[in-house]
Amino acid sequence: MEILVCARRVPDTSENEIQLNSAGNDIERDELVYSINEADNYAVEEALQIVARVGGNVTVATVGGEDDEEILRREMAMGANHGVLISDDAFSGSDGKGIATILKGLVQKGQFDLILTGIQAEDGGAQVGGMLAALLDYPFASLVNSIEVVDGKKLKVSREIEGGNKEINEIDLPCVLSIQTGINEPRYVGMKGIRQVASLPIPSYGASDLGIDASAAGEAAAKVKRVDYFVPALGKGAEILHGSREENVDKVLELVTAKGGLK
Amino acid sequence: MARIFTYIVHKAGVPADSASELAAAARKIDPAALPIAILTGWGADLDTACNSLDGSYSEIWKIANEALAYPNAELIRKALQKVLPSNSIVLVAHEHFGIDLAPGLSIKTNAAFVSDVLDITGVDGANLKLVRQEFGGQVSAHVRCDISSGAVITIRPGAFKPAEVTPGSSQVVDKSNEVGPLAAGRRYLETVLAEAGDVDITKFNVLVSIGRGIQEKDNVAIAQELAEALGAAVSCSRPVVDAKWMEKSRQVGSSGKTVKPKVYMACGISGSFQHLAGIKGSPFLIAINKNPKAPIFQVADVGIVDDILEFLPELTNKVREMRAVVAK
Repeated sequence: MEILVCARRVPDTSENEIQLNSAGNDIERDELVYSINEADNYAVEEALQIVARVGGNVTVATVGGEDDEEILRREMAMGANHGVLISDDAFSGSDGKGIATILKGLVQKGQFDLILTGIQAEDGGAQVGGMLAALLDYPFASLVNSIEVVDGKKLKVSREIEGGNKEINEIDLPCVLSIQTGINEPRYVGMKGIRQVASLPIPSYGASDLGIDASAAGEAAAKVKRVDYFVPALGKGAEILHGSREENVDKVLELVTAKGGLK
Repeated sequence: MARIFTYIVHKAGVPADSASELAAAARKIDPAALPIAILTGWGADLDTACNSLDGSYSEIWKIANEALAYPNAELIRKALQKVLPSNSIVLVAHEHFGIDLAPGLSIKTNAAFVSDVLDITGVDGANLKLVRQEFGGQVSAHVRCDISSGAVITIRPGAFKPAEVTPGSSQVVDKSNEVGPLAAGRRYLETVLAEAGDVDITKFNVLVSIGRGIQEKDNVAIAQELAEALGAAVSCSRPVVDAKWMEKSRQVGSSGKTVKPKVYMACGISGSFQHLAGIKGSPFLIAINKNPKAPIFQVADVGIVDDILEFLPELTNKVREMRAVVAK
């Protein structure tokens, strides 16, 4: 099975406190720690596990700039066969549809049976997978938390629905799936693994390489634009305890006993 | 102003709670709007659901089709493409069905798409002004969306306060004949219910709930010791289940369990809306997190900025000391 995973490099929210910059119009980007978007990493692991069962290749692609190559290399160290950087000045300022349009160009250049994305990135958009599927007229399933290859023509996939229940579907190939976190246990990648793939070539494609009409992506085509970031004025908010740790421990115990009772 | 539609999810003849929230969101786009609700399905349940909506809609468009007996987003998208006028604004709840349907619908109707919207702050020419959150709720963003060729917008559950029940009922218009036969590349097979698990976290008055801040599997014992001392149970947020540190049956949230304890201790939990959606009944919420910017502090009653790996063991010792005194 030929599998394409669309991935993105994002500020790692488990490593960073996201704050506004002094101008108040963007987040403070100095000294941010970046990593592959968590759900995308699960998608790559799932692709590797499928290929280990039924054979094939895993290609990881990202739309971005030179800095984004590091996540491709990281995923190649995990075992992805190919990395592809899609980069063009014309793509900057793309909205979700713009990114999906760019990825469609890559899909049509290759022969992919299955396309995976992470369910969402740091902006919580949850959009590119579903848009890409519609642009390609492929079937789509979101929030996928298990994949079973039935045969060369279809998969059995489970979707995470409310209350921890699972919705089981059969889906025809080729298709697009957006992967929910927790679907598997992504393998560890050490520095040694990344060094081993350091010299592998990563091709870079621009709009003309992929036959993309540059006016269909980028800022001019974007119907959706982020104006600025802000931190909303707090409502009541929590009463923050400023005592010593020992005082805070006493206070919490008093509150738990009063409000909930010990059993 | 373009016509505003809402797609209403329903189950066993009952429209989802989001039905009135979507109507409220529509009125934020246009205070004078009487939006049109669209419901799809098959059989008596569909009619019951259509007739249970109040007067906040000008019309209810009913699409009955045997293929839509179970809500399949691809089939419903194809049905909507047939009935929606061009340049429509379509509002859908941001839950598992909306996430499946909405992005593809926006492509097929050539409409702008904005997901997981918390607020709508006005219209400026061809642009709709919206509010979203990014980075797990740590910051919010103002977004402009060009709606001149329509828009598909998913609305965060609970973000828009429904108006009082609008008296009356709305006229049901049967659009089934405009749709015709439907086929999809994805077919629903069955629903598998969540497994029960060793401990029923919904039965406890006090929950010690842990998040990513617990850092590693071995540290779960720290929370377990505290819970044992308190006579409480340990629950958790999604990252703890994703990392396989606890069973899915311990997860609180929209994709996990809904709990109604008296006290909820959120330990190292950032407080995503999906997690908060699983906490009902307004428990006394104590948040302990070393990140002072964690969104959980916005909703907690009491907050402590501290490292749970150091705070919780001290609390456990204190509980044990107190119990020892009581036992004497």
